[in-house]
Amino acid sequence: MAAAAFIPCGQFKTTYAKDTTIFPTPVSRAFAVLALVLLCLVPLVASRYQLNLAIQIGYYGIAALGLNILVGSTGQISLGHAAFFGFGAFTSAYLNNAYGIPVFFAIPLAGLITTAVGLVFGIPAGRIKGLYLAIATFASQFILEDFFARADWFTGGSAGSIASPFGLFGYEFSSDQSYFYVVLAYLVVMFLLGANLLRSRDGRAFVALRDHYLSAEVMGINLTKYRILSFGISSFYAGIGGALFGHYLGYVSAEAFTILLSIQFLGMIIIGGLGSVMGTLMGTAFMVLLPEVMEAGVQNLGGILPGMSDALAFIKQAAIGLAIVLFLIFEPDGLAHRWRMIKAYWKLYPFSY
Amino acid sequence: MAESASILEARDISLQFGGVRALSEVSFQVKNGELFSIIGPNGAGKTSMLNCISGRYRPTAGQVFFKGRDITPLTPNQRAARGLGRTFQNLALFSHMSVLDNIMVGRHHLLRNNFLSGAIYWFGGAQREELEHRRAVEDIIDFLEISHIRKATAGTLPYGLRKRVELARAVAIKPDLILLDEPMAGMNLEEKEDMARYIVDLNEEWGMTVIMIEHDMGVVMDISHRIMVLDFGRKIADGLPGEIMSNEHVKKAYLGEEDDVVGEVA
Repeated sequence: MAAAAFIPCGQFKTTYAKDTTIFPTPVSRAFAVLALVLLCLVPLVASRYQLNLAIQIGYYGIAALGLNILVGSTGQISLGHAAFFGFGAFTSAYLNNAYGIPVFFAIPLAGLITTAVGLVFGIPAGRIKGLYLAIATFASQFILEDFFARADWFTGGSAGSIASPFGLFGYEFSSDQSYFYVVLAYLVVMFLLGANLLRSRDGRAFVALRDHYLSAEVMGINLTKYRILSFGISSFYAGIGGALFGHYLGYVSAEAFTILLSIQFLGMIIIGGLGSVMGTLMGTAFMVLLPEVMEAGVQNLGGILPGMSDALAFIKQAAIGLAIVLFLIFEPDGLAHRWRMIKAYWKLYPFSY
Repeated sequence: MAESASILEARDISLQFGGVRALSEVSFQVKNGELFSIIGPNGAGKTSMLNCISGRYRPTAGQVFFKGRDITPLTPNQRAARGLGRTFQNLALFSHMSVLDNIMVGRHHLLRNNFLSGAIYWFGGAQREELEHRRAVEDIIDFLEISHIRKATAGTLPYGLRKRVELARAVAIKPDLILLDEPMAGMNLEEKEDMARYIVDLNEEWGMTVIMIEHDMGVVMDISHRIMVLDFGRKIADGLPGEIMSNEHVKKAYLGEEDDVVGEVA
C-alpha cells in the first residue's frame, strides 16, 4: 500500500513475496513490532485516565476500520455505522446474559450477527449510490435506534442492559490494565485481517469498484455482490468494536449510538485518510484525543479568560467540526498522507533531491 | 488453432435508444484466431456493437453467441469469466490503484481466494495463489514493456502508458477474445507502431482472437485479417482488407456521397 517512491535506496526485493508485505521495509516492520512491545508496557506506567483513552482508541479504531473499508475503499457511504456498533454491543451483552455464552465467545458471535444485520441493510447498496445510499443508510440508523428503544427483551429498553466483564479461564479482565490487553489483541488481529483483505482479491475488487465500477464489471467483478459484501464486512468490524465497548463500560444503553457517533466515525476516517488502514488508527486517535486536549487547554486558559470553562462543552463539539472542515480543505488525504510526506522529507533530509 | 470454427457470432443485433437506432440487424462472425476490425465513420455504432458483445448494453433484438453459447442474457462479469476481455475508448483505469493492482484486478475471475481466505493471507493458501498470479501478471508487464511503472499510481501516468496498462489489464483476464476500442486513438506514430506490434503479438503468439475498432486506416488495413464496415448502424461491407479498400459503399460512406444503402436508412 505504501507508495514505491518512498522506499529507501538499498532495498532490493528479490521475491514477489517480499514485494507484497504489509510493511514495505524491514525497518518499518521492526518499528511496528517495537511499537507493539511498547504498547504492551503501557498499562504498567499509564494512569487510569490515559488507559481509558487508549482503550477508547482501540474499540473505536476497530469500528472505524470497518467504516473505512466501506467508505474509503469501496467508495460507498454509510451514515448508520453507530447503529451497527450499538447492535454489536447489545448482541454481545444479550448473548452473555440470556444464554450464558462466555464473553470470550460472545464478542466474535456478536460480530457475526451484526454482519448478518449489516448484509440486510446493505441490500439497497446493490441498487443505489451516492446521496441516495446515504439516505438509505441514514434510515438504517433510525430503524436500529428505534429497535434499541423498543426491544426490551433484547436491549433492556430505556433501562439499558448489563454487560459482564471479559473473562478467560476464570480470570476477569475487569480492570482497565487488563482490559487494555484484550482490546490491543483485538485491534492487532482486526487490523492485520483488514490489511490482508485489502491486498488480496476481494480487497482489490472493492477498490476497483470504487474507482471505476463499469470497468470493474468488465473485469469480472460482480458489482452487487461486492457492494453488499462491503457492508457486511464493515458491520462485522462495527459489531466487534461495539461488543468491546459494551464489555468495557459494563453497561450498554441506546443513547450512546446516535447519528452523532456515526458522524464521528466518518470524521475519524476522513481525518485519518480514506482507504488507509494505518490512517484509520491515526484518525481515531485524533478524534478521541482532540476533545481531551481542548479540555486541558481550556482549563489552562480558564485563569486568563474567565467564562471559557463554561463554554467547554461547546468548544469540544466545535473543535471536532472545525477539525473536519480544516482537514477537508488542507489535507483531504488525511493524516496518513501527511505521515507519508514526513517520511519522504526525512528520507531526503537535508537535501531536497 | 481451428481456423474454421467461429468464436463469436452476432445474429441480427439491433439496438435502439428511444427513437435512435444505433444498430440495425447487424450479423457477423469472427473466426477463432482472427484479428477482426470494425471500422466506420463517427456515430456508425461501432462502440455500441462492442458494448453489446461485452454486455454493457443488451441488444433490443438479436443474439450474441460466444464459443457456441448464447451469452445475450449474461452480465458483463459473467462474460469476463467465460473469457471475454475488453478495453475502453475513454480510459477506464482504476486511477487510484497502482499499475500492478490494476492488472491484478484482471485476474479476479481466475483467483479463488475470497474475503475470508484473503484476510488470513498466510494460512489458507491465499498468499501462494496471489504470488502465482503475480508471476503471470509480470509476464504481461514484461510483454507490454511497462515494468518501470508497475508501482506507479495509474492516474498519474501519461496517456500512452495508460492505454498500455489498460491493454495489460484486459490481457490479464486471459481472454480467448479481446475487444479493443480504439487502442491507438490520440497516439503518436511511435506509440501506434508499438501498439500495433502488441496487438499482432497478442493475436499470433498469445493466441487471442481480437476484435478491434480503429480509425487509423493504415494500421487497420495492415494488421487485420478481416474487416467489417458499419455506417448508420448498418453493416455495409465485410471482407478482406483488399476487398474493403475497393468497395464502393465503403468509399462513399467515408467520402459522404449519396449512396443507396445509406439513403434507405436516412
